Amino acid sequence: MTTFQLDSDRLTEGIDRLHGQYRVIGPVAEGRFHNFRPLQPGQKPDFDFRNTRMSAKQLVYPQSQVMAEYHLDETREDSHILKEVLPDETPRAVFGIRPCDADAFGLVRRNFDTEEYKDPYWIQAYERATLVGLACEDPCRSCFCTSAGSGPYSTGGLDALLVEDPDGGYWFQSLTEKGERLREAAGWKEEAGSGVEDTIAERKKAAESRIVSQVHTDQLRNQATLDLYEAPFWEDVAFSCINCGTCTYLCPTCWCFDIQDETHGKKGCRMRNWDSCMYPLFTLHGSGHNPRGEKIQRVRQRFMHKLKYYVDKYDNGIQCVGCGRCVQYCPVNIDIRRVCELMNQRGSTGAACEV
Amino acid sequence: MTSTREEIVQNPYLPYPVRIDEIVTETEDKNLKTFKFVFLDPDDEKKFAYHAGQFAELSIAGKGEIPIGIASSPTEKGFLKFTVNKVGLVSSHLHAMKVGDVMGVRGPLGNWYPWEVLEGKNVVIVGGGFAFTTLRSSIIYMLENRDRFGEIHVVYGARTPGMLLYREELAQWESRDDIHMHITVDATDDPDWKYNVGFVPPITEQKAPQGDGDTYAIVCGPPVMIKFTQPVLDQKGYAHDHIIMSLENRMKCGIGICGHCNVGREFVCKDGPVFTLSQLNQLPKEY
Ligand SMILES: Cc1cc2nc3c(=O)[nH]c(=O)nc-3n(C[C@H](O)[C@H](O)[C@H](O)COP(=O)(O)OP(=O)(O)OC[C@H]3O[C@@H](n4cnc5c(N)ncnc54)[C@H](O)[C@@H]3O)c2cc1C
Ligand code: SF4
Ligand code: SF4
Ligand code: FES
Repeated sequence: MTTFQLDSDRLTEGIDRLHGQYRVIGPVAEGRFHNFRPLQPGQKPDFDFRNTRMSAKQLVYPQSQVMAEYHLDETREDSHILKEVLPDETPRAVFGIRPCDADAFGLVRRNFDTEEYKDPYWIQAYERATLVGLACEDPCRSCFCTSAGSGPYSTGGLDALLVEDPDGGYWFQSLTEKGERLREAAGWKEEAGSGVEDTIAERKKAAESRIVSQVHTDQLRNQATLDLYEAPFWEDVAFSCINCGTCTYLCPTCWCFDIQDETHGKKGCRMRNWDSCMYPLFTLHGSGHNPRGEKIQRVRQRFMHKLKYYVDKYDNGIQCVGCGRCVQYCPVNIDIRRVCELMNQRGSTGAACEV
Repeated sequence: MTSTREEIVQNPYLPYPVRIDEIVTETEDKNLKTFKFVFLDPDDEKKFAYHAGQFAELSIAGKGEIPIGIASSPTEKGFLKFTVNKVGLVSSHLHAMKVGDVMGVRGPLGNWYPWEVLEGKNVVIVGGGFAFTTLRSSIIYMLENRDRFGEIHVVYGARTPGMLLYREELAQWESRDDIHMHITVDATDDPDWKYNVGFVPPITEQKAPQGDGDTYAIVCGPPVMIKFTQPVLDQKGYAHDHIIMSLENRMKCGIGICGHCNVGREFVCKDGPVFTLSQLNQLPKEY
């Protein structure tokens, strides 16, 4: 793999050159937080952030998305017939994605792209995006990516990686064909000096060692589903939850949605909107019966899904990349790391007592 | 496993356009109507190849979609039938629609009763209330393929005679000697009522054959019926992998993607709605 050297100016010039071929997206400061927004020609992405408040999932899977449209005007041939509306096909170049958020796409893909059914909206948006990551040098205290299948320099979900050069500027590595095409379009040609790969490897190690918080997940698969489900700790875990849904909305690996029709006059659209298993309406039957009508059932569902059902279903780790958002932003400090330990250790103390 | 946009031929969220061909009010309270649909494009009927036990999303532009079991049998050609209880937003709107109106059907969705396993076996159908829809499909399917099954028993109950679905067909099946019908009502003051009176569980106890390796029960009905039928079947010696049930949960996508309908790791819409009792014993009771 070749590493390219970019000083700040060259980075900006290159990004500018992409307009026209790509819609360019990058982090932008909004008040105290950063979020991903379209960049105008001449506008630089703002890399002075730890992580964006909203995850990058909205770039592929918007919070509200039109799926189909219809007319209700009876004089039209096609009245009452739904017609597909696919997302804009223009390729998108996304700068400054943290490696954890990028890894989340690979994990969520298992849900949207299955053998039997393909979600055309998600797949098309994902295929049309080139994801240029920004390696993470200064993790938040709530991050635990290294024990959640990701890491500060993880490249699993990326097309290219930017690493900050401590002497100024960035190193750029393309990881896929898409990444290489973007590099060519940006005109980044200057190769970095020899030994840079070793320097990057060292910095990666150092960054990983700064992630001090960890979860253990090795026993989750061995636990019996119903035993975990009936474990006594759920009451305590759920006690303070206010079912605000923040954890699910900010999470890069939460994917649930609702479908609603919205009509204006004689025409309208069918759209999907992010939904949350933390809300009682999520499971309410028309009859009034609700299989998860109690808060404890909903909190348990969120953790069981991420740390047990997903683990069993795909045999590919937990449904979490350790970005730490839910830990950081939960108004009542419910901490997935603690719940994961409770679930992972379930039974082990009991077994010890029996001996 | 992963695919590119170019390979996706079919958008699984788009319904086939259909026209309402006939509407039959089934019950005396007028809350249940059977809708017969024909596809606007006859080619769509071929794409909609289904098995008894599957469901579909009935789709009304501007209102939304509801998952409804397919009441017609795959052996009935040229149309689809669904029997819909008037409950909330979408089902009430559907009840107000007329013959000739255009709407959509998306599917077929979910798994089906295990017809390959049931081949050559005795089948006992136990149904209650309006959950009889996919059971109608199943009965017609089995009668059309009568030599492929052993004895067939049907226990079907409703509150009153006027609340039974498909009354003409029930009468026809009663008159056949290759299917044992045990129709029952909770109560009636109709002096002409020729069939059973009593709840489904005790009638099942009296009429259903003993369970054995060659006999399967398909049970569909309201939770209270299921709760009291299960001990009866246990006592009659039905193994839990010989008791087959169909679940309901709130649904949106119907294809295992939106996350609404899960029971443990299973999605009722995609991995179900049909499960054996032994499968359900391993899952949280979140349905
Ligand atoms: C596999 C399956 C088969 C079914 N078969 C039949 C049938 O043959 N006949 C029949 O009358 N009913 C059937 N139902 C129940 C039927 O889907 C609900 O009564 C219906 O969705 C209520 O929708 P509504 O818009 O009228 O009510 P509202 O309460 O206004 O519901 C709003 C939305 O919530 C969802 N929803 C609400 N209740 C349910 C529910 N129980 N199941 C799934 N989604 C729900 C739907 O998306 C619905 O549009 C079945 C349900 C499932 C899951
Ligand atoms: S953010 Fe915290 S309080 Fe809000 S729903 Fe999630 S766990 Fe509950
Ligand atoms: S569960 Fe929490 S830590 Fe894990 S990916 Fe989601 S928001 Fe990040
Ligand atoms: S209805 Fe969407 S996952 Fe089952």
